[in-house]
Amino acid sequence: MKKILIGGLSAIVFTAGVIYAADHIDAPAVTGTGNKSLGNDITDIYAFQSPADNSKMVFVLNTQGLMSPAASGTAVFPSNTMYEINIDNTGDNVEDLVIQALVQNGKLRVYGPVAVGTPGTTSMVRASGTSTEVAVTAYGASPSIGTSSNGTKVFAGPRDDPFFFDLTRFKEIIAGTQSGFRNPGVDAFAGTNVMSIVVEVPKSTLGSASTINVWGETKTK
Amino acid sequence: MIRFNKLTLLSLLSGALILGSCDKNDTPNDSFDTSGTYTQNDQMARPAINTVFVNAARKNEFNTTTPSTMNAAFNAQFQSVLTGFGYTSNALGMDKATFTNVLVTDVLNVKTSGKTTFFDGTNVLTGRDPGDDVIDTELLLIFGGGTGTSNPTLTKDNVNGNDKAFLTTFPYLAAPF
Repeated sequence: MKKILIGGLSAIVFTAGVIYAADHIDAPAVTGTGNKSLGNDITDIYAFQSPADNSKMVFVLNTQGLMSPAASGTAVFPSNTMYEINIDNTGDNVEDLVIQALVQNGKLRVYGPVAVGTPGTTSMVRASGTSTEVAVTAYGASPSIGTSSNGTKVFAGPRDDPFFFDLTRFKEIIAGTQSGFRNPGVDAFAGTNVMSIVVEVPKSTLGSASTINVWGETKTK
Repeated sequence: MIRFNKLTLLSLLSGALILGSCDKNDTPNDSFDTSGTYTQNDQMARPAINTVFVNAARKNEFNTTTPSTMNAAFNAQFQSVLTGFGYTSNALGMDKATFTNVLVTDVLNVKTSGKTTFFDGTNVLTGRDPGDDVIDTELLLIFGGGTGTSNPTLTKDNVNGNDKAFLTTFPYLAAPF
């Protein structure tokens, strides 16, 4: 059984090439040298009830994974990029609401949640609704938090990568040089940072569905 | 007197600039360029789905396929990867076709009331909290078989938490290293 399994894993590595984690470096189109969309590589998205307030929902969109502390001081959010949280509240996996974030001249501006314009892979800024702004938090500084009168909070800046995984061992298993995980495992993301955008909104802005479907996107112009 | 007036004017101007850059802003000024059409580069919902189930040649395609059309475009590929893993069933009682249907539409299901977690032993796919051990959940569902006890050395990576404590207040993520 194990042999069959490892054979299967090896077959995957043969077809999939380099296997990475969560979604770190899983967008070949935006990770090449000189690419105009550098900084668009999403590492993870999180959606959870605010630990501080049950009436709020938190969305985290992390990009630019495996950043060293040395690189974190000069990392920036590209100004040609839209960071978009997509929310389906009708169960058809098509976005009904979007939260759009732009970073320009050292400032984050977050629109929404606002009704989507045209769903899909191209977007224009939905500037009609509420927006919230804050200065991007510099590396090493305490977090700057933007607020709106409806209780929305926003943040942008480098943070510790919250993702954890023994990626190194996983790759060895995939390559067939190890047969299983080690104990204790070693977190390949320990000591690395990401560029984070965090948005907390009142749940009342998400519609009335008991379950919403959420995904994150990066887009450039 | 003229100099005094100039200084007064300057201090008024700088005061206005400080007010203009205040963090709180419900009716923003137009300092942002909001023109133009943005085109998608990357997309993600559940962790490691593109990583594990999509081959290198189609990763960009997956990143620009809308979730409502992922099933049609990628169902066969996901099933073939599960076949390669020797998959037959998992602890949720899903056969290969059923599990594929759950995985291939890459959205994060999030409950709007109550506990939000990828999996906490009770709640399944009600959100994703930064502290959730999402990799162990996925390994268990892919390799653990119908009782969750198959392939015990492949169903958890023994990294059980983040290397820094999360904050209890916004923005919740720990300060960078």
